[in-house]
Amino acid sequence: MFDPPLIVGLEIGTSKICVVVGEINAAGALNIIGIGQAFSHGVRKGEIAEPALAEEDVRNAIVDAEQMANVEIRSVYLGVTGNHIRGFSNHGVHPVVSADREITEEDVQDVIKNAKAINLPVENSIIHAIRQHFQVDAQTGILNPVGMFGAKLEVDVHVVHGHVNRLKNSLAVVKGLQLNVETVVFNGLASALALLSNEQKELGSLVIDMGGGTTDYAVYSDGIIKHTGVLAVGGDHVSNDLSFGLKVPLGRAEQLKLDHASAVVQPEVKGKTVELPGQMGLPSKTINLEHLHRITSLRLAEIFEQIEREIAPLGWLERLRAGVFLCGGGARIPHIHTLAENIFQLPAFPGKTNSISGLKSALDQPEFATAIGLVRFGSLQQKRKSNGGMIGSLKQTLAEIFKR
Amino acid sequence: MTTPLETNAGAPVETTGQTALKKKISIKVCGVGGAGCNAAGFFAQTKLDGVEVLLLNTDAQALAASPLPDKWVLGQKRTRGLGTGGDPERGRAAAEDDAAQLASFCAGTDIIFILAGLGGGTGTGAAPVLARVARESGALVLAMVTLPFDFEGKPRRLQADAGLERLKAAADAVICLPNEKLFKMADENTSLSETLGIGNSLMADGLRGVWRLITQTGLINVDFADLCSVTRGRHVASPFATAEAGGDNRSEQVVEKLFAHPLLDGGQVLDEADAVLVSLAGGPDLTMSEVNKIMAPVQRRCENAHLIFGAVIDEALSGRLSVTLIASSRRAGEAAPLSAGSPAPAPARAQAPAAADPAQTAPSAAMQFLDPLATPHPPSRCVAPPPEMSEEKKEQLYTRQTGQNRRKSARLQKELPLEIVYKGRFDKSEPTIRHGEDLDLPTYIRKGVALN
Repeated sequence: MFDPPLIVGLEIGTSKICVVVGEINAAGALNIIGIGQAFSHGVRKGEIAEPALAEEDVRNAIVDAEQMANVEIRSVYLGVTGNHIRGFSNHGVHPVVSADREITEEDVQDVIKNAKAINLPVENSIIHAIRQHFQVDAQTGILNPVGMFGAKLEVDVHVVHGHVNRLKNSLAVVKGLQLNVETVVFNGLASALALLSNEQKELGSLVIDMGGGTTDYAVYSDGIIKHTGVLAVGGDHVSNDLSFGLKVPLGRAEQLKLDHASAVVQPEVKGKTVELPGQMGLPSKTINLEHLHRITSLRLAEIFEQIEREIAPLGWLERLRAGVFLCGGGARIPHIHTLAENIFQLPAFPGKTNSISGLKSALDQPEFATAIGLVRFGSLQQKRKSNGGMIGSLKQTLAEIFKR
Repeated sequence: MTTPLETNAGAPVETTGQTALKKKISIKVCGVGGAGCNAAGFFAQTKLDGVEVLLLNTDAQALAASPLPDKWVLGQKRTRGLGTGGDPERGRAAAEDDAAQLASFCAGTDIIFILAGLGGGTGTGAAPVLARVARESGALVLAMVTLPFDFEGKPRRLQADAGLERLKAAADAVICLPNEKLFKMADENTSLSETLGIGNSLMADGLRGVWRLITQTGLINVDFADLCSVTRGRHVASPFATAEAGGDNRSEQVVEKLFAHPLLDGGQVLDEADAVLVSLAGGPDLTMSEVNKIMAPVQRRCENAHLIFGAVIDEALSGRLSVTLIASSRRAGEAAPLSAGSPAPAPARAQAPAAADPAQTAPSAAMQFLDPLATPHPPSRCVAPPPEMSEEKKEQLYTRQTGQNRRKSARLQKELPLEIVYKGRFDKSEPTIRHGEDLDLPTYIRKGVALN
């Protein structure tokens, strides 16, 4: 009760499960105090394929984190991804009805409710509805319209939605471990929260989280989220391509990827080979490095091209003045930034989780971006809750007193 | 939507007088055989303006059970009204006996819809004959047929396939519904009669959609020629789906229904289709944004397909929206139908089907070019007269050229994709398909990059 509140982010990834424990210190800043991770076996393309295996792996990761931070984890912020998740922007309109045309908090709630009322397939549910800019009459780009005067209030809302049953799969795994899920958060959004500073959001940035099974992306511009999406292609696909193209087992392809992959085929690799030592009954094999790089490069280029193809028609590419930020395991592949720069024609950087203090070892690794982002999301939400909570409860008490 | 051929055909009509244009199109729906009669009977329950329904069967008893007035017992002399016993040859012979009668039925009709269930005797045998006779009398012929259930056995399926090939050679367009797909629409508790009823109603719905497509002049017009261009020369089974919805977000609902339609395999068919015809019908309150809301997802699903789109305003549909979709995919090795091999005497085509295959229209176009005085003559199928040969040889040639033989070889060796790629660890997961490409396959293979 008197301990500082714990905020735990849990990402059930395709290649590994990642837990990050954060706390809000006395100064009100977020501090990372522990991480835990475990290899993931029951997940394909970001979604639970074998719940029993996934549950075991999540337990290991949680225990790992508990030991490191010396705490007991009771509730988590759960990151979700998968091919079924879609993001799109919607528009809501609300006439201001009060006599003096002053916009109140209720009007804001109403207009957001209108914008959220979208026609989704029945089996889909909204994960996030993030307000973008408000518009009062003809005045656009307003962040908080409360107290302003106008006849018509409009708002753009970015809605991220996904398939209910498939979301429930990951929820069930966590709940099976007697953990409470505070809320589910889309991984792409969490990564962006971890990497981007306010200035970068203002300038416009594209965050690409290249995970094992999926590639999640989010576009920020003018300080607000503009677009999110999932491409169910990731590092696993690179390994699979290598395994097929170089005719090696999947496990060895994975190792080859980690040791020798490159996102760009450089002229000097021509004719070079790497020796794959024989082990455990597998014969040694000579691998053509150029082929390895070509296969990797084509796949990674395609991932970027697919993303470019989706966001370019929406006109966001020109507004990304801060550039492209890469995180996830894929961001470790050598020359990946050159490739991203070539395809998006924008500067590309490795994402750094700057705005959070704590374990240096965790913050520097691109794989942890999502889980750290989940903690960040949790801290923002708790702040909001405690602010809103106090005022809200005060309001309620007053209202009750007056009712009497 | 106007194809060049249509404008060619339209020009002389205009000069001969407006009467021809104003003339109401007369349509007959013919149910052939047991299944065909049932479907036609079902279709006749909702009266459509200017459509006559005619039932043809060899089984007099079954025919007598139907309340419809127009019916004819085929080949009374040959079968004595007792049916064909599932022999298509007898069905064909019965229809040939009554060819003169059939011709008189068809006379003066512009479009004839043939409904038949393939696999049995009458439908399989008589429907191609009727199609041929109708074509000879100058009508456009659209056949809508069902293929037998799998449990009905292989002989029946082979019969149905042979009948289908003949029908395709004789009719202008064939839309075909494999009965097996009806299983998806029926659950454990659906009774047999209900299941068959679903089939009938599907055929009737599809027919109504096609009828609307042809008869109603649309804001964006789709005509018979467009329909032919989608179905001609393509895979035998052309899945079709009709969906209707009303209310506030009818456009979303209709798309949802369409993609969930069992005949489209949950939209899977659209991913593979290379020709898709979409006909949209709505009341006068149909809005452009609704059209967009329907077409955008369809277009996204079948990006690489040849998409034909039409919109029709129908007063009767006020407040509602109905979409008819016909998709077909090209089958490898069947770019052009083998009309030369058809046993039917090549009919004189008064009304040219727009979608004659390019190889055959090309010479006639070239001839027109060389001789400007040549009046626009019907693009004939430049088929040389058959060479003299013995009956035996003919039979041999026929089996070699028609579907029967192709079927046989298909059974021996399945069509294989160019390169079999094992998807490795993604073999069992849901495929990631974007813009019609399966992203689970290695990129370098899809891009055709050679690794030496």
